[in-house]
Amino acid sequence: MADNPTLVNITVNGQQLTAPAGTLLLEACRSAHVEVPSFCYYPGLSLQAACRMCLVEIEKMPKLQTACTVVITEGMVVRTDTEQVHRARKSAIEFILTNHPLDCPVCDAGGECELQDMTFKYGAAESRFTEPKRHREEQQWSPIVYFDRPRCILCYRCVRVCGEGMDVWALGVGNRGVAASIIPNHSDHLQCEECGMCIDICPVGALTSGPYRYKTRPWEMKHVGAICTFCGDGCKTTLGIRNDQIIRGDNRDKSGINGDFLCVKGRYAFDFTQNPERLKQPLVRVDGELRPTTWSFALETVAKRFQRIKSAQGGFGVIGSTRTLNEEDYQLQKFARRVLGTNNIDHHRTADFPALATALAARTNTPGTALPLANSSSLKTAKAILLVGNDPTNQHPLLAWNIRTAYRNHKTRLYVLNSGDIKLRRQAFRMAVIPAGGEAAAIRFLNGEADSVPAELTMVGGPDPKRWPQTPPSVPQKIAEGLQDFRARLRQEQDVIIVFGAEVRGEAVRELVAFGDTLPGNTRYIALADNANSRGAADMGLYPDLLPGYRPVADAGARAHFEQLWGGTIPAEPGLNLPQMLAAAAAGKLDALYIAGANPLRLHPSAAEGLRKAFVVVQDMFLTETARQADVVLPVLCSYEKNGTLTNTCGEVQAQKRGGMFEGAKSDLAIIHELAELMGCGFGPAAEDKIFGEIRANVKGYDLSLVQLLAGRSALAAPLNETVAHRDDPELIQPNNDTLFTAGTLGRYSTTLNSVMERRLQKESK
Amino acid sequence: MSVFSQATQERFQTLLSHYPVKRSALVPMLLFAQDELGYLPPEAIREVGELVGASELAVREVIGYYSMLRLEPAGKYHVQVCTNISCMLRGGDDIYRHCKERLGIGHKEVAADGVFSLEEVECIGACSWAPALQVNYDFHQELTPEKVDEILRDYRKKAAAR
Amino acid sequence: MSQEVKIISKRFDDPKAATLDGYLASGGFQALEKALTMAPEAIIDEVKKSNLRGRGGAGFPTGMKWSFVPKQSERPKYVLCNADESEPGTCKDRLILQYDPFSLIEGMIIAGKAIDSHQGYVFIRGEYRYLFDIMERAINEAYRAGYLGKNIRGSGLDFDLYAHSGAGAYECGEESALMESLEGKRGIPRLKPPFPAISGLYGGPTVINNMETLATVPHIIVGGGEWYANLGVPKNGGTRLFCLSGHVARPGVYELPLGVPFPRLLEVGGGVANGKKLKAVVPGGSSTPMFTAEEAMGLNMDYDSIAKAGSFLGSGGVVILDENTCMVKFALRIMQFYRHESCGWCVPCREGTNWLHLALGRFHAGGGREGDVDLLREVSENILGRTFCPLGDAAAMPTLSILKRFRQEFLDHLAGKPCSCGVSGRPALATH
Ligand SMILES: Cc1cc2nc3c(=O)[nH]c(=O)nc-3n(C[C@H](O)[C@H](O)[C@H](O)COP(=O)(O)O)c2cc1C
Ligand code: SF4
Ligand code: FES
Repeated sequence: MADNPTLVNITVNGQQLTAPAGTLLLEACRSAHVEVPSFCYYPGLSLQAACRMCLVEIEKMPKLQTACTVVITEGMVVRTDTEQVHRARKSAIEFILTNHPLDCPVCDAGGECELQDMTFKYGAAESRFTEPKRHREEQQWSPIVYFDRPRCILCYRCVRVCGEGMDVWALGVGNRGVAASIIPNHSDHLQCEECGMCIDICPVGALTSGPYRYKTRPWEMKHVGAICTFCGDGCKTTLGIRNDQIIRGDNRDKSGINGDFLCVKGRYAFDFTQNPERLKQPLVRVDGELRPTTWSFALETVAKRFQRIKSAQGGFGVIGSTRTLNEEDYQLQKFARRVLGTNNIDHHRTADFPALATALAARTNTPGTALPLANSSSLKTAKAILLVGNDPTNQHPLLAWNIRTAYRNHKTRLYVLNSGDIKLRRQAFRMAVIPAGGEAAAIRFLNGEADSVPAELTMVGGPDPKRWPQTPPSVPQKIAEGLQDFRARLRQEQDVIIVFGAEVRGEAVRELVAFGDTLPGNTRYIALADNANSRGAADMGLYPDLLPGYRPVADAGARAHFEQLWGGTIPAEPGLNLPQMLAAAAAGKLDALYIAGANPLRLHPSAAEGLRKAFVVVQDMFLTETARQADVVLPVLCSYEKNGTLTNTCGEVQAQKRGGMFEGAKSDLAIIHELAELMGCGFGPAAEDKIFGEIRANVKGYDLSLVQLLAGRSALAAPLNETVAHRDDPELIQPNNDTLFTAGTLGRYSTTLNSVMERRLQKESK
Repeated sequence: MSVFSQATQERFQTLLSHYPVKRSALVPMLLFAQDELGYLPPEAIREVGELVGASELAVREVIGYYSMLRLEPAGKYHVQVCTNISCMLRGGDDIYRHCKERLGIGHKEVAADGVFSLEEVECIGACSWAPALQVNYDFHQELTPEKVDEILRDYRKKAAAR
Repeated sequence: MSQEVKIISKRFDDPKAATLDGYLASGGFQALEKALTMAPEAIIDEVKKSNLRGRGGAGFPTGMKWSFVPKQSERPKYVLCNADESEPGTCKDRLILQYDPFSLIEGMIIAGKAIDSHQGYVFIRGEYRYLFDIMERAINEAYRAGYLGKNIRGSGLDFDLYAHSGAGAYECGEESALMESLEGKRGIPRLKPPFPAISGLYGGPTVINNMETLATVPHIIVGGGEWYANLGVPKNGGTRLFCLSGHVARPGVYELPLGVPFPRLLEVGGGVANGKKLKAVVPGGSSTPMFTAEEAMGLNMDYDSIAKAGSFLGSGGVVILDENTCMVKFALRIMQFYRHESCGWCVPCREGTNWLHLALGRFHAGGGREGDVDLLREVSENILGRTFCPLGDAAAMPTLSILKRFRQEFLDHLAGKPCSCGVSGRPALATH
């Protein structure tokens, strides 16, 4: 859209209205609060003009016109409140209802059905249609998607959101005329991404979800806008809560950074919260076995042991989580540094945020310059996007959705550098397939002047064969030409957003930023990390060498700042990183390991034996591989059961709101505070808002508007410093490579995700 | 392996060359495919879809739309009786009823021996020569019940001869 | 103006005209020779002068339609022939395909030259397989003789033409649905604007005309626009094929000048069959509002006269109904058709045609109820003018005309009086 769109004047029901040229009449009316009902119209999707609900009178046009397809023109005179228009609306509803079963009392959508609402508003309550209705049995298309044809009003929203929005194209229209019906892609079942977009976009109860069907009436739930805990994108998901249990997840009110988007995890995978295997009681190892115990006993056991080790000047290691809240992460590292007196603190890294911070150092503080970080929504309107590595469709579903939206609505040019055949190839303007591990070389080529493409990028058969089902272009000549063209085109772009995955780390990040600097306009960056608060964990200082806000431990000034704030000393030496801690434990050099919300043994299974040598405390929801090795296991609340803040991969900070409750578990924050208290270094009450206040005041970039956060909006944090002295440990960055249906521990305990995967295997083996 | 004969495959290739966009060949291809196989089984759907670059779903959407395309086999001779206005005014209903009785089957049914199937169809463009029916693609016009008997007898003979 | 005037049908009795030699022998391709020497504008002017109006249904002036195509276009332009011929009561394009396929080829090349298009398709309904084969053979012959392809007859003009088969769908006769179908999709009509002249097949500027319209063009080029215009009446140039069907003594396709009085047309067909009395007339295919005998006898068969009388000349399908026809059943059969052919895209057409069909079926079978007649009318009115494409109107208009003109017959049905077709009280139709 142009920056200064010309305005057009129209008259609606005698009232003067102004809207940008190109606006649809329906949108123009709505923006002036003139009601125009609709079923098939859906913002952002293609126009259908099928339901005929939006018919209005336009002067000089003989017939009623569909407001959803007419573009306003200067001087247009419109009436939406005439007898004729009302009759047309009423009749459209009457027609829709002819074959509708009117089974509202048993329909999941009852109470939040657009057809119900419209019938209520525009009439046709008593039916003149007395002929037999068409009946068809309800069909189950997947563990998630159920279809009830008689309820369907054929608005085609589901078809469009699946195709245009998701680029999955799993729904279509079969038959013709009154026999027409929505059909799934595999004649009697669906093979798709199971995102559930079709279900939530359906204005009636024709598409319903397996996990939610017949569970409750909508008005029996209270709705809490929470942040999804599954990936780094930070979608808002509205949790429907009944009796402290989460019954439903959706985002039908389209608020939050994700609008109406959610993937299968955000919508359905919350069911891990009710998994019967969830820990309800602390466990303490007695005679080699983990036995249930009381909270006070468990906490005292831990505090006493920690105290003893501390007095003996023994070694501690602390491993934090990428799913816990900012407040918890912040307090955890404070606990490590201030209470345990160690810098041995780390987390499972999936992106090189410190490298990005280093590369971008010194540019944020210049007044007036644009922020070098892009937020998730800015992708939707970007002119050009460069994506290096990662497969956003699987690992960043929201960002992939935003990229597709940009492509669809703004013809955004997407440049993809990847070693695999990722689905976003379909939207790519240019795609260069490079050998796995060739990202750094490719970036060097982009940033260089030489025409010759490094040999390592043109190896025959180079691209990762596992991720490339078809034969890739294997002629070195062709690949070289492709890359040259790629670079030439890319260099002509301006205001590019550069998005990069874990493949790009350390020096490559700085090289990529150097290349970004050569592009015209305002280049912005997004580093892709895997988990809900990966970015927050990094920003909050879960690093052995970095304090909150990427301030080096080695920097005396930074240390002094926090020492004064926390009232105690912080060791000056950087500590051990995660694998070093595991190794130290195995070598008997760590006396205690405190693991809050992480499962390091999944990635490092061989470390299990070593853990036995230390006193291991694990906070988790489930008895993970790591928890099984622990001496004390403390059951925790999950993200949906807590208040606080989360920072998504782009750096957008959002408030997390408590939805469900879980008897028997405590929040990580409460546990940290109680331990600190028991160890005689109390942090004061475990009040999230107070802690966030401390974060706002002391972590660069987090000085965000509280009002905005509490209103459920996101704020972009940019914790960038003048300089960041950070040790590159590229090998520590280990992406999860999750698919849409896996998500570490949480995913393993989601019944819905498991049933989807089982069924896919079943169908594939057939 | 193709499910189609050499000749049909060649015909597909010729068709594909007629359009700037492969997908354009889909409808005629499906019809020709059906001419050969009698209906459109899943293998045919897949193969045609691949040839024009359309998903199986897209092909099924198209098949569902066109009334001549079918997913189930019809009889060897598919008797299509027009009962639309011009035929109706000249006894089309009687012809249709006559066919039902003679063949012992109803609308869109296939006789047990698979020789005949019956369908009441919409206007086939024989209005001025009504009443009319089509057997597969052959038109038979200005019908009387006696003429219908003769026609059916001929087809039955043809079926037996093979 | 009393007898048939054979222009478009002049080769219908010539069994050899369907071959290239036969076509050439009967004056074929003379128009092309001439058109090759004309400027595109001159061709369009000639067609404009001829007052040729579309024979497909809407009767839009053909020359004007062609002139809407932009001269410059980034995308290729297309010429499409609509030989979907599915409007009940219509069976004329079929004869052109069978007896005079080359006249269509010639007309399409000329249209191509007029709008600077180099690609055409003939969209033939799937049921017309033997005609499809004839058309394909003719096209191949034309290619071999250099009348199609690159550098036609050394003129420097390129034009490719292929026959394309539908597969059973009335809606694909609607021009934008036809294009969708030709693009290998469901025949769902497109949103308009843009109109085909600006963005049609594959998004390129497209002229789409009925088969008869295009086959008429060569005659106009040879004889001149003025000559052709003078055959008809003002603004309604030339002759057209009238398909007489129903209760007429000699049903058939007759070529008569536009403006011919209806009684004359009926006479050409030998009058009402079996000496019965005329009851009603469908003037231009099942979509057009019907006339009573009285109204019909005062009609002139041209676009404007019929429009003035409240209906359309449509596709030229003139259906004659005698005094014994049950109008309820007639309305029912028409609705069965539209219900079957509704593409199902928009609500009023999809649900409305189904409702009307079920209600008319019940009514005709003796299950009529008080208020049904008004209900049928109101439901029809609720379809009229509110659907995505004109198919809804095509279903509503004849129904409304029958309900209005033969209301008494509906009331008689309701009162249990014996039905004029003698079948009242039993369901006359297979409902599927
Ligand atoms: C539902 C519907 C069906 C139609 N069927 C046909 C048809 O079978 N043949 C035809 O030539 N035009 C048909 N038309 C009209 C076409 O849309 C189009 O107006 C015509 O092909 C233009 O050609 P003409 O200007 O030469 O008449 C139909 C229109 C509608 C709305
Ligand atoms: S299933 Fe729902 S969204 Fe899809 S067409 Fe039917 S009513 Fe619309
Ligand atoms: S909203 Fe306009 S027709 Fe459906």
